[in-house]
Amino acid sequence: MDVGIVSYGAYVPRYRITPAEIGRIWGIDGDAMGKGLLIHMKSVPSPDEDVITIATEAARNMMSRCDVDPHDIGAIYVGSESHPYAVKPSGTVVAEAICATPNLTAADLEFACKAGTAGIQMCMGLVGSGMIKYGVAIGADTSQGAPGDALEYSASAGGAAYLIGSGNVIARINKTLSFTTDTPDFWRREGSPYPSHGGRFTGEPAYFKHIGSAAKMLFSEMGTGPKDYAHAVFHQPNGKFPTRIAKELGFSDVQIKHGLLTPYIGNTYSGAVPLGLASVLDNAKPGERIFVVAYGSGAGSDAFDITVTDDILRYNRQAAPTVADRLKDTVQLDYGRYAKFKGKILMGGI
Amino acid sequence: MSVARHWRETPGRYNLVGTRCGSCGKVYFPRRSLCPECRRASLGKMESYKLKDEGTVFTYSVIHEAPIENSILKPYAVAMVMTGDGVLITAQLVDVDIDKIHIGMPVRAVLRKIGEDGREGIVNYGYKFTPKS
Repeated sequence: MDVGIVSYGAYVPRYRITPAEIGRIWGIDGDAMGKGLLIHMKSVPSPDEDVITIATEAARNMMSRCDVDPHDIGAIYVGSESHPYAVKPSGTVVAEAICATPNLTAADLEFACKAGTAGIQMCMGLVGSGMIKYGVAIGADTSQGAPGDALEYSASAGGAAYLIGSGNVIARINKTLSFTTDTPDFWRREGSPYPSHGGRFTGEPAYFKHIGSAAKMLFSEMGTGPKDYAHAVFHQPNGKFPTRIAKELGFSDVQIKHGLLTPYIGNTYSGAVPLGLASVLDNAKPGERIFVVAYGSGAGSDAFDITVTDDILRYNRQAAPTVADRLKDTVQLDYGRYAKFKGKILMGGI
Repeated sequence: MSVARHWRETPGRYNLVGTRCGSCGKVYFPRRSLCPECRRASLGKMESYKLKDEGTVFTYSVIHEAPIENSILKPYAVAMVMTGDGVLITAQLVDVDIDKIHIGMPVRAVLRKIGEDGREGIVNYGYKFTPKS
C-alpha cells in the first residue's frame, strides 16, 4: 500500500524583525550576527496568534486544496514546543476548526524541532495499518529566545500541516527512519519561559551527528545517493547548518534552494522542516524525488525518502497561499513593537 | 466569559456556524432558535448553516481607545463584514494596514485569539477577518 501526502498547507505570520534591529538593542553587531547565521530576518507572530491559530490556518489551507471529507480524518497530531497550554491539547481546537470532530484521536507532541515529522511517522503507521483512512500531522511553533540570547536572532513562528493517506497521494513516502540518542544540547524545563542550550555543543555531537547518521542510513537502506534527489530539506535552526550538512552529504545549492527558508523567516522549530517541504511541494514536478531530514534537540532525526506522483498535476495547489506567497507583504517591526508582540513587556492591569 | 458559555458558542466562533430558517430560508448569525420573520412557522425548522468564510467590508471603524484586554493591539479596526450569504458579521480586521482599509475590500475569516481569562484561565479563540490575498 502506498502511503503518502494527500494534501498540505502552510502558514507564516506577517511580521518580521531583522538581526540588525535586535543587535541594536543589545549592543551587538546584529548585521554580522545575521550574516554569520545566514538569517536576513525572522517571522514574528501577532499578539493574537499562537500555535493553535497557526496550526489551524495551515490545516485549513491543507483542507482547501483537496476534497477530502474532514470526517474521514482519524487522527490529528500537533507537534510543537510552544503549545499554548501545558495541559489541554492544541489538537482538539484544530480538529474542531476543520470540522473533523468527534470520531478521531488527537494528541499533542513535543520533540524540540522534530515533533511535526514525528507526527507524520505516526500517521503513516496508522494509515498503513488500516486503522485510519487519513491522518493530519502538523508542525508549528511560536518559539522563544531569551532577550539578548543568541536564540533571539533566530527563534520565529510558523507551521505546516500534512494530510497523510493512501489514495490520491501527491507525494509517496517511500521510506522513513529515525536516529535517536540522549543528547542534551537544548532544553526547557517545566515553567521556564525560555529554553537553554549548550552553545557550540548543539553543533557536532547534536545537529550534525544526528542528521548525518539518519541521512546515511537512508542512503544505505534505499541504495541511493544525493544525485538521485531533485530536492533536499534539512532542519534549519539557521541558514548555516543546513547549508553545511547538505554540502557534506554531497547535495548542491540548487537541491536545497526551495526547502531552505530560514534566511527569510528564521527558525520555526517544529514548523521548519514541514515548511521547507511545503515550499518544495509548491514547486515540485511529477517523478521528482525529495530527501528530507528533520532534527530535534534532545536528540533525534527523522529521515524521509519521498517521490512526487502524477497526482500533483491534478492537485489544486492554487486553492491556498503558497509558502512564497507568505513571504510577501510583510511588515518590519522595530524592537519595541517586537517586545510588545512577544509579550516581553510586563503590562499592568491585565 | 464563562468557560461553558464560550464552549457553547464554539461552532459559531470557530466556523461561522449560524442557522437557516427552514421555512423562509433566511440565514442568521449568531444562531437563533426562532426566525423572527416566520415566528411559529419556523419552530423545529431552524437548521445549522455554515456561513461562507469570505465577504467584503460593509463598513468599519478604527479603535484608538480599546478595552484593556485589547489594548496591546490598538489602534485596530473593527468592521461589519458582509459575507457571501448576505449576513453582516462584526469582527476585528487583522494583518491589515489601517490606511488601506476600504468599504468593499474582500476579506476572509481566520481563527485568532480573542481573549484570555488571565494568565491561568482559558484562551478563547474565534473569528477575525484578514484581507483576502
